[in-house]
Amino acid sequence: MKKAISIFILSFFALLGISPILFLAAGTFMGNQEIMDSIGPVMQDQKGYASWKLFPAFPTMKNAVQLFLDSPEFFQMFWNSVKITGGILVGQLLFGTPAAWGLARYSFRGKKFIYLLYIAMMMMPFQVTMLSEYLVLDQMHLLDTSASIILPGIFSTFSVFIMYRFFCGIPESILEAARIDGAGELQIFFRIGFPLGAAGIISALVLSFLECWNMIEQPMTFLAKKNLWPLSLFLPKVDSGNAGVSLCASLVALLPAVFVFLAGQDYLEQGIASSAVKE
Amino acid sequence: MKKRNKVGRLFVLPSLFGVLGFYLIPFGDVARRSFLNAVGNEFAGLENYRQVLGNQAFRLAAGNTARFVLVCLPLLLALSLGIAVLIQNQRRKNLLKSAYLVPLAIPAASVVLLWNVVFDNGGLLNGLLSHFHLKGKNWMETDAAFGVLVFSYIWKNLGYDVILWLAGLQGISKSIYEAARVDGAGTWKCFTRITLPNLRPVAFTIVILSFLNSFKVFREAYLVAGNYPQERIYLLQHVFNNWFHELSVDKMAAGSVLLCMVLILFVLMLQRSWERD
Repeated sequence: MKKAISIFILSFFALLGISPILFLAAGTFMGNQEIMDSIGPVMQDQKGYASWKLFPAFPTMKNAVQLFLDSPEFFQMFWNSVKITGGILVGQLLFGTPAAWGLARYSFRGKKFIYLLYIAMMMMPFQVTMLSEYLVLDQMHLLDTSASIILPGIFSTFSVFIMYRFFCGIPESILEAARIDGAGELQIFFRIGFPLGAAGIISALVLSFLECWNMIEQPMTFLAKKNLWPLSLFLPKVDSGNAGVSLCASLVALLPAVFVFLAGQDYLEQGIASSAVKE
Repeated sequence: MKKRNKVGRLFVLPSLFGVLGFYLIPFGDVARRSFLNAVGNEFAGLENYRQVLGNQAFRLAAGNTARFVLVCLPLLLALSLGIAVLIQNQRRKNLLKSAYLVPLAIPAASVVLLWNVVFDNGGLLNGLLSHFHLKGKNWMETDAAFGVLVFSYIWKNLGYDVILWLAGLQGISKSIYEAARVDGAGTWKCFTRITLPNLRPVAFTIVILSFLNSFKVFREAYLVAGNYPQERIYLLQHVFNNWFHELSVDKMAAGSVLLCMVLILFVLMLQRSWERD
């Protein structure tokens, strides 16, 4: 009995978690008529309540086809998202990884201060840095370019923190052995740090990917030109004419994130867990 | 030895330059501006801070944000801990964990449609309630909007916190439980006497991370309701956005410094209370 209750509770929340995907997946293959029949009470002032089916009664690809053939602006946004997310991830790999390595494996003056600074930066919500970021981007004439999102994103310190945690876990004796064998510090970083810290690097990148793909505040503030907007700002317009295309677009928008999530789930879990437990 | 640490510094420098250039130095400039008048050429003392603290929109948003955090944090922490404890011995543990984590990957924009369909006057939730002969309400346009926001936050962060708690639970050695069982302790006693005290250090990090994530709930609020949402879910980010559009640099500067200080104070106080016993 006790077991049944706990399974019920656990499944309930699991269902809650995946319900948006089920909802959007069903909607993608419904025709406009079926959609309006289901959620008419929400769209128009129809009497009664909305309903939803898990499987479309009359499956059709019409809306999916229309989205893929007939909405260039959607693809523009998709591409913008890819550009922004890709740029930030590559940058974090280039700048964040060595920084995490340096903080984790060496001692030098000011290290403690830098570490605390990175932790503090990591904790600041966008509201705190919004104005200062805007002013500096304005001075650099970067506003209204993708760089205004990518450059500050590269130096977000959260990924450094995650990688730092993993790099700390590599035993010092391995590095010592490599040094005795005559390896230089750079060589040690690439030959030992990278492979042994790979789990940390990947989990930092997975977390960053989800963060960047869902970015809202930054592009909304720094990009006035709509043709630069990423997919995360795509606001599905819900009216009787294009509800189906909107549903389909919402599904396509979340697919890359879900794909990365599924591929990197183990790393994602490790990354999240690493911030909880101190070595 | 010395040379090696010099190399270590070189590893950090490029990233440090970026952090200084994009965040720290500009923030220092903003802190300076917060003491200047609106045009930015005269020293204004604490005038900006007085204005911000007296500002009605800011007070409303600060109050809402505080209330939101006070309601959500305990709720999320308790719920995720409960689930983490229940899930520990399940056979389908990994499948369940994935399901809880999925919301983390779902962009706010993709949820907007669903939220509309669920919480509208003629939406799914009211439809469900009507089955039980309960009267629904217009969730997004009454004070219930606050509840919708709480739900969004918990929905989004549940999996994240479950993973964090599980990491903490894994650190507790099984032998303590076995010893307690031998001494005749029941499930509940084991939970309160062994599990909870042992989770204390992890709990600190989880509280901080969940607290910081609570600032991100603005996304859902914004996408569902725009720049001027129902009064109860008017949050700090809304004020900052609206000041931004009015170009009130003076207010924004003072506001961000204030928020930064409140956050640092909150973390320090939490840390102190954690270390005391």
